[in-house]
Amino acid sequence: MRTYITNIFDWLDKRYNIKVVIRFLAEKKVPIYKHTIWYYMGGITLLFFIIQVITGILLLLYYRPTAEGAFESVQFIMTQVHYGWLIRSIHSWSANLMVLFVFIHMFSVLLLKSYRSPRELTWVTGVLLMYISLAFGFTGYLLPWNELSFFATKVGTDIAGVIPFVGEFIVRFLRGGEDVTGATLTRLFGFHVAVLPGAVLIILAIHLLMVQRQGMSKPVGLKEVKREMLFFPDFFLRDFLGWLFAIGILAILAAVFPWELGQKADPFSPAPEGIKPEWYFLFMFQTLKFFPAKILIFDGELVATFIFAVVGIFWILVPFLDFKSKKEMKSPIFSIIGIFAILYVGIITLLSYFVFK
Amino acid sequence: MMEEKNKSRRNFINYLLGGGFTLVASSVIYPIVRFMLPPKSTEAEPMAVSAGKVGEMHLNSGKIFKFGRKPGLLIYTKQGEYRAFMATCSHLDCIVQFRDDSESIWCACHNGYYDVNGNNVSGPPPRPLENLDVIIKDDDIMVSKIT
Repeated sequence: MRTYITNIFDWLDKRYNIKVVIRFLAEKKVPIYKHTIWYYMGGITLLFFIIQVITGILLLLYYRPTAEGAFESVQFIMTQVHYGWLIRSIHSWSANLMVLFVFIHMFSVLLLKSYRSPRELTWVTGVLLMYISLAFGFTGYLLPWNELSFFATKVGTDIAGVIPFVGEFIVRFLRGGEDVTGATLTRLFGFHVAVLPGAVLIILAIHLLMVQRQGMSKPVGLKEVKREMLFFPDFFLRDFLGWLFAIGILAILAAVFPWELGQKADPFSPAPEGIKPEWYFLFMFQTLKFFPAKILIFDGELVATFIFAVVGIFWILVPFLDFKSKKEMKSPIFSIIGIFAILYVGIITLLSYFVFK
Repeated sequence: MMEEKNKSRRNFINYLLGGGFTLVASSVIYPIVRFMLPPKSTEAEPMAVSAGKVGEMHLNSGKIFKFGRKPGLLIYTKQGEYRAFMATCSHLDCIVQFRDDSESIWCACHNGYYDVNGNNVSGPPPRPLENLDVIIKDDDIMVSKIT
């Protein structure tokens, strides 16, 4: 057995020189200090992504992306298919946990300034992955074709219409027509299962390669780390332990709080009360509500959308704008921006759950 | 002299290649972009539809009816008048409903209110609802676009 494996290894090594990679990984070390815990957050995000891929493929076996069949097919999955309720519940819960850990991972990187030179592009790819995660959430939300998701998608796609010049084009492109219909469902389904996964795979591969190639970043001011551990097997096994823990939590959530399906969408019934997007869009949704109908001569939505776009671009450019951390100096401004963003998103999200309703 | 000539030849080839590439690229991209945009619906908007029968609704109530492919809202006011609007909220495309408690039209998505004439009175809606003509013909409540 052992000789077989060495033979295969030698065969590959002769052709692709893989010993270099193995040696590189074998020598890779991870610093141990009080912030080491944050190094595990990206790995947990990756775990939830893998779970999404697996459960997503399983759901594809029964799901039908049409206005007539979508709701019924999800109903079928949840009531007839063996463990269908569990697979769908895991897909929904894992999606939410993935977004949550994307945020935790991102904000920990932001506050530790790990994005600074030479890791700017790791940050850029990471932010792109975050946007794609949100797009996954938005497109996936409509797929069960229930009342809440139908109206949330109407609102979400309509917002794009306020963008000057190209707004109408984008709305028609997203909806596959003027209104949210079965055509929209089919389109968003295509994005959800083909376009976005393709984009993620490419960007995620680059992101992970860069992380592996450059190793872990240490925060500004941390000159010397007293202890280190090997990436293989020490860090890897700890990562794995975290995964087991995360799977446990996910299983409990999915089994004890199975994801609901709600009422089938009816394009000819009034919007029900309590229309809400998924929690990770709530802060934007709520911000939109704060804006008055008109600001000077502009529509309030236009101003809000413009601000979101500016913040979205700023977020990608953070490593290039933070001149202080580039020079290994503390940069409190970006810490304040990070903490403000966490507080704003956190407080507004909680408020829209408990106060504004 | 020779070099000058070569340079202009090289330029010529570069333009030819660049132009050719642009042409090929646009002949690939143009159909793709057109394909992604759905064709305009050929279904004509109806001139007039029956929104219901007289006597079906009680005072101070509202109901959704189909105006072609879009929802309309018919309300029967406390004063016994029929009024009709397109039921699409002017804010973000949600479908509005009549509220008998406040005698107004309400959009649940962002808590926008219109009065019984369809005028936006509170919340985020930037414009009134689109008004429709109501004509009672025999027993039918006929609704049509205002031209």
